[in-house]
Amino acid sequence: MPDGFIVTAIKSFVLVNLVMVMFAFMTWFERRLIGRFQVRLGPNRVGPFGLLQPIADLGKLIQKESLIPVGSSAFLYLVAPVISLFSALMVFSVVPFGGQATIPGTDYQIYLWIADPNVALLLVFALGSFSFYGFLVGGWSSSSKYSLYGSMRAVSQLVSYEVSLALAVIGVVMMSQTLSLTGIVDAQQRDGVWYIVPQFAGFVIYLLASTAEVSRIPFDLPEAEGELVAGYHTEYGGMRWAMFQNAEYIALIAFSALASILFLGGYDGPVLPGPLWMLIKMFIFLFLSIWVRSTLPRVRYDRLMTIGWKVLLPLATVNLLVTSAIVAYRA
Amino acid sequence: MSPVTDNLKGFSVTFRHLFRKPVTQQFPEYKRPVYPRFRGRHRLHRHENGLEKCVGCSLCAAACPADCIRVVAAENTPEERYSPGERYARIYEINMSRCIFCGYCELACPFDAITLGHDYELAEMSRDALVYTKQMLLEPGPEARRTPVAPVDPYDIPAQEDGPA
Repeated sequence: MPDGFIVTAIKSFVLVNLVMVMFAFMTWFERRLIGRFQVRLGPNRVGPFGLLQPIADLGKLIQKESLIPVGSSAFLYLVAPVISLFSALMVFSVVPFGGQATIPGTDYQIYLWIADPNVALLLVFALGSFSFYGFLVGGWSSSSKYSLYGSMRAVSQLVSYEVSLALAVIGVVMMSQTLSLTGIVDAQQRDGVWYIVPQFAGFVIYLLASTAEVSRIPFDLPEAEGELVAGYHTEYGGMRWAMFQNAEYIALIAFSALASILFLGGYDGPVLPGPLWMLIKMFIFLFLSIWVRSTLPRVRYDRLMTIGWKVLLPLATVNLLVTSAIVAYRA
Repeated sequence: MSPVTDNLKGFSVTFRHLFRKPVTQQFPEYKRPVYPRFRGRHRLHRHENGLEKCVGCSLCAAACPADCIRVVAAENTPEERYSPGERYARIYEINMSRCIFCGYCELACPFDAITLGHDYELAEMSRDALVYTKQMLLEPGPEARRTPVAPVDPYDIPAQEDGPA
């Protein structure tokens, strides 16, 4: 906590709310954009351009009956969405949105991140895996076969893709010689090149594996509605369901932020201020994920495993070996 | 073609669709005209002198495959004359929640008293309200001719701009 406890608490409060606003915006943006991809308009009734649609949705979800399925483990059932949402939000505690900034009108300097531990990347992956406890517990405790299948799929998918994801990121870590996210941004400034160029293979693997991590189409097998109703959140409704959705979207935003930091230089960029660059880069990844969603169909489950273990993992390993050889040669 | 170029091709297709004009028609503001022979909400017609064409023969009710028409006839009297014939329909009800809009009633009617109109906005807040009475069906009805008839091919109408702010 470089700013002291009180400032950090205020910053956390602001950040959590900003992330929630981004989530609300993202739901609107996704529906709107998918509409345009499908040559429709998308939501346009509530507010200008339908911008108040997320608020209307919230109003509807809050009014919904809150029920606990018969035969479920009530405590686990209730706590599961909290785990997912909490761990998804926690990721933002280490995401830097800029360097140091002065609060306008004062001389007060603050850092544009909550914390900058030297193991930030490790923490992000730990939290990413932790959010799957929410899916696992939620699916298991709702006493429904669809939920159970969904959560089993979610976990096996996580296990398959977490490995490739970590290996892809290690290439970046080797080049930057640090696990700190601000350190990685600094290293890209130092090397004079965004790591998307030397680590392009790693970038592609990261994109694929992170799509599977946040279970987005084409890797949304845990909630494949064709065969599993809604996967692990089949039995959830109202705000608890919304929390799962919230967790999923926030994880998506977090992985977009992480991709911007690892491969596109984070808040580094000319002319515009750092946080704005960060948002622009995140926006690129969010757009990309919506574009992918509107283009690709869901992959078959065995192919998902094949892609994970027989394509991405060897590719990531080769990428890692080549990177380490080059880094060792340079040093 | 490799999987990579195949996928890229797919991505380019979806990206190009992003810039197409949406085909959405903004319904409550824009009501798509129907073809002249569209079968919508029923109408009961009158003669030019104001008398009802329906004589209460119940042939429409007999022809109805969904059994949704109920006709109760009564005798016309010199003081109270509703139709040119001997009898008239004292009660004429169509249960719109059951009607399948087949148009058999129209075919069965010997006096062309009932036809299917063009209105398709038939939603009601309760099931009871879906039982349309004679007063509602009789021309000129209160909500008759809500839907425009196509001046041109209704499938050839350009998409509308973005909806209300």
